[in-house]
Amino acid sequence: MGVEGVNQGHENIVPPIEQKLSEEMDITRKKYLRGGEANLEVLKDKKLKGQLAVREELHVKTAQAAANAEKYLLPSEEGYLEPEGLEKTWRIKQESIAPAVDISSARNQYDIVVPDLGPYRLDFTPSGRYMMVGGHKGHLAIVDMKQMNLIKEFQVRETVRDVVFLHDETMFAAAQKKYPYIYNRDGTELHCLKEHGAALRLQYLEQHRLLASINEYGQLHYQDVTDGRMVGSYRTGFGRTDVMQVNRHNALLALGHSGGKVTMWSPTSSSAVIEMLCHKGPISAIAFHPTNRDVMATSGKEKKVKLWDRRNLKGPLQILPGQAETLDFSQKGLLARGTGSFLQVLRDSSGTQNYEKYMNHPLVKGYQIEKVLFRPYEDVLCIGHSMGWSSILIPGSGNPNFDTWVANPFETPKQRREREVHSLLDKLPPETIMWDPTKIGTVKPPRKEKISKEEKEAELEAALEVAKDIAPKKKTKGRNKPSKMKKKKQEIIANVKRPFLEQQKKEEEVARKKQKLIEQVELPTSLQRFARKKAAT
Amino acid sequence: MKVKVISRSTDEHTKERSQDLQRVFHNYDPSIRTQEKAVEYVRALNAAKLDKIFARPFVGAMDGHIDAISCMAKNPNHLTGIFSGSMDGDIRLWDLASRRTVHQFPGHQGAVRGLAVSTDGHVLVSCGTDCSVRLWSVPISTAMELDVSSDKSVEPLETYVWKNAFRSVDHQWNFDRFATGGAGVEIWNHNRSAPEQSFEWGTDTVISVRFNPGQPDILATSASDRSIALYDLRMGKPAAKLIMATKTNSICWNPMEPINFTAANEDCNCYSFDSRKLNEAKCVHKDHVSAVMDIDYSPTGREFVTGSYDRTVRIFQYNGGHSREIYHTKRMQRVFCVKFSCDASYVISGSDDTNLRLWKAKASEQLGVLLPREKKRHEYHEAVKNRYKHLPEVKRIVRHRHLPKPIYKAAELRRTMTEAERRKEEKRKAHSAPGSITSKPLRKRRIVKVEE
Repeated sequence: MGVEGVNQGHENIVPPIEQKLSEEMDITRKKYLRGGEANLEVLKDKKLKGQLAVREELHVKTAQAAANAEKYLLPSEEGYLEPEGLEKTWRIKQESIAPAVDISSARNQYDIVVPDLGPYRLDFTPSGRYMMVGGHKGHLAIVDMKQMNLIKEFQVRETVRDVVFLHDETMFAAAQKKYPYIYNRDGTELHCLKEHGAALRLQYLEQHRLLASINEYGQLHYQDVTDGRMVGSYRTGFGRTDVMQVNRHNALLALGHSGGKVTMWSPTSSSAVIEMLCHKGPISAIAFHPTNRDVMATSGKEKKVKLWDRRNLKGPLQILPGQAETLDFSQKGLLARGTGSFLQVLRDSSGTQNYEKYMNHPLVKGYQIEKVLFRPYEDVLCIGHSMGWSSILIPGSGNPNFDTWVANPFETPKQRREREVHSLLDKLPPETIMWDPTKIGTVKPPRKEKISKEEKEAELEAALEVAKDIAPKKKTKGRNKPSKMKKKKQEIIANVKRPFLEQQKKEEEVARKKQKLIEQVELPTSLQRFARKKAAT
Repeated sequence: MKVKVISRSTDEHTKERSQDLQRVFHNYDPSIRTQEKAVEYVRALNAAKLDKIFARPFVGAMDGHIDAISCMAKNPNHLTGIFSGSMDGDIRLWDLASRRTVHQFPGHQGAVRGLAVSTDGHVLVSCGTDCSVRLWSVPISTAMELDVSSDKSVEPLETYVWKNAFRSVDHQWNFDRFATGGAGVEIWNHNRSAPEQSFEWGTDTVISVRFNPGQPDILATSASDRSIALYDLRMGKPAAKLIMATKTNSICWNPMEPINFTAANEDCNCYSFDSRKLNEAKCVHKDHVSAVMDIDYSPTGREFVTGSYDRTVRIFQYNGGHSREIYHTKRMQRVFCVKFSCDASYVISGSDDTNLRLWKAKASEQLGVLLPREKKRHEYHEAVKNRYKHLPEVKRIVRHRHLPKPIYKAAELRRTMTEAERRKEEKRKAHSAPGSITSKPLRKRRIVKVEE
């Protein structure tokens, strides 16, 4: 005992730097633990308990190893922008950033002016290496962002409403005037997806290999691009919309409607999984936080941007004034919003989901922003607008460390081929799209047992005890009479009893109906004609 | 103003020379891998399916005997050598690698009923229904004489004739004694023409004799009076005896936990016992639909193989109530003897159709040398499969086995019968005075009596 006591004493005296370090470590380790530890105490099966305890220990060790790797082994650090003195980050202009960064980064600031073919829509491959641009007048182009060269550029001479990359840069889909089409990298038309109709927006669910579209009649289509099967085609019933965004965490599609509603869809159900009324005006944009799976941002035409926590759908976390035609979250959680020719980037600097302005970027007056999109794994924001597209630097927006096996900006053709095979093997079935995907592989909790009669009575008794103990409020003269007090007390008691009595009544009725049904069935066929008929309706 | 933006140079992230390996960067952050669990589940499902695709356990058949194979023995000193004896008195030494006969040991007049090899691997002991025990010298370099097809036969070192026919033989670990089972249990020495010791407990024939691998003086036997008996050679008398409802055809000690043994019973089940506590079985291994004829433990002690009269070979976990694997072919008849190979990766069965068959112990295992990457991949597949084995879809694929129609029907019938029995017992219990009818657990039900 004595020795232990001494040891404990020593543990308490830890140099402050080390203590801080260990606290930091705890936070990172928590991330890798992926949720809390299992409670093994409730298990009755000793063998299972032992096995799970061993596995739990391994799990903690793995988390520790991963946390160590993150701390010491990651090759690069994220970007930052720190003001000095009276400077404010949102007053710093792109022109003043350019000389302060290296040449290869400064090359990421540019404007491409294509006056007649805009407005432009954009899309990136998951690694951020390739960008797809689609002009409204039918101009399609793929750009290699690393080499800064144009891979393919062609004209479809038709309205293009949206463009999206399929699993990698070799194929993309464009929503054109009448139908969406799939092209390959060389500009060859591979498929015409007539079943989708005149699609307004396209989204691609990478892991499920589904191409989703919403057309001008408000019909939602899901098509499996590996085998061409139409997985789901539903009428939303909320009218025409051009606001569609996929949530990467659970692959649900969010649609924003003109009534101010946001609905979330999965290909396995014909009605929306979630419906929430977010705004008073029509929805203009939706964005999902890429790392914090609980956070969503919506903007409405009534000039408000709202941030939501999906665990609490009752009210928004934060309401920001001002309109946004387009919203996008960066990998590190910066929120870009664009309206007209003005672009603003917001940041949650305190980590408490309180977004404040971080950077501003006014475009040339008269430009209309169509889409903003952060480039993955880079500190770059791309803006598609009515006069072409632009690219600016937003320090601290991208994830500095990529994983070769997840999204590799330096991928060779051989690696790409290999990844394609593996990702096809890991293709998820559409049933895995659900509100909480961590539920997969878990066990259904046992059903709640029915409450017995005694327990119910005990509950009522307890409620009555509480009600009786409530001291009556003192009222003004004339209302504090004993008769009134008594009446009030009786009322309180009746109020407490009511829900119990109502439930009892309901149960009795159900039982009676059941009994009646049984009686009817039990009569032999020859006697059934003498049974009491139902009252004619 | 201080600014830093992410800037990656191509040189630092790609290989320098074309001969180099590609650079690999890791970021274990869970947030860049979405839907981890769903992906893992799909992988588990694929692993289970791949396992089914690659499940080809049958390696080859070895024919040469002209009558049913009655017994086998493995050479503890030579991995690929296996001895087999047949009902016509023929004994052969096989080379498993080439699946050919290397040697023949002619001499027995009747059926050979038991084979055993000494621990050093030099002496083979055989016994048979011709009342003789023969000792043979095992040729050392089996592979050398593969091509000599004419002069493959050898003369026995010794031939001891005794009073009764023998049913089984087993060699003691590390000493030059061996035990035979027939009318009684006899302990022999290599150099003596008559047994050193003999035991008798009851009057019936001893069917199977096995020495304990941990304590060489302890011996377990089973006899046709439905008994399993333990003998201690140092005491010179039997130690314990257990009588079951049906006959035990074969016994095998667990080599890693030598206090435990498993008995292959006539009632289609195998029973694992702790030798210190014979009044209840540790585990009942059910699945066969006819008498279990022979049993052999893997050298790892984690699983054992059984051969049955229902023409199938099954592999069980040492503590599992049901079999992990079933092997059958159209041409395989009643299986009389089975052996696990000394490296735990193969199973050999000898059957009524005069063939020895070689099977893989893990049906979908990849043979040959594995690259480290392949090994890792297999381990990963095994791990995810194990993690999601409780989910219905994975479970269904992993459990599914194609069964021959007679076996399927028989199993169904057995299920119906046991279910009916259980129901009847339940009803009987419900309609009699509480406590008047007690049901025994299956682990005790088949045990009639224990004698010390």
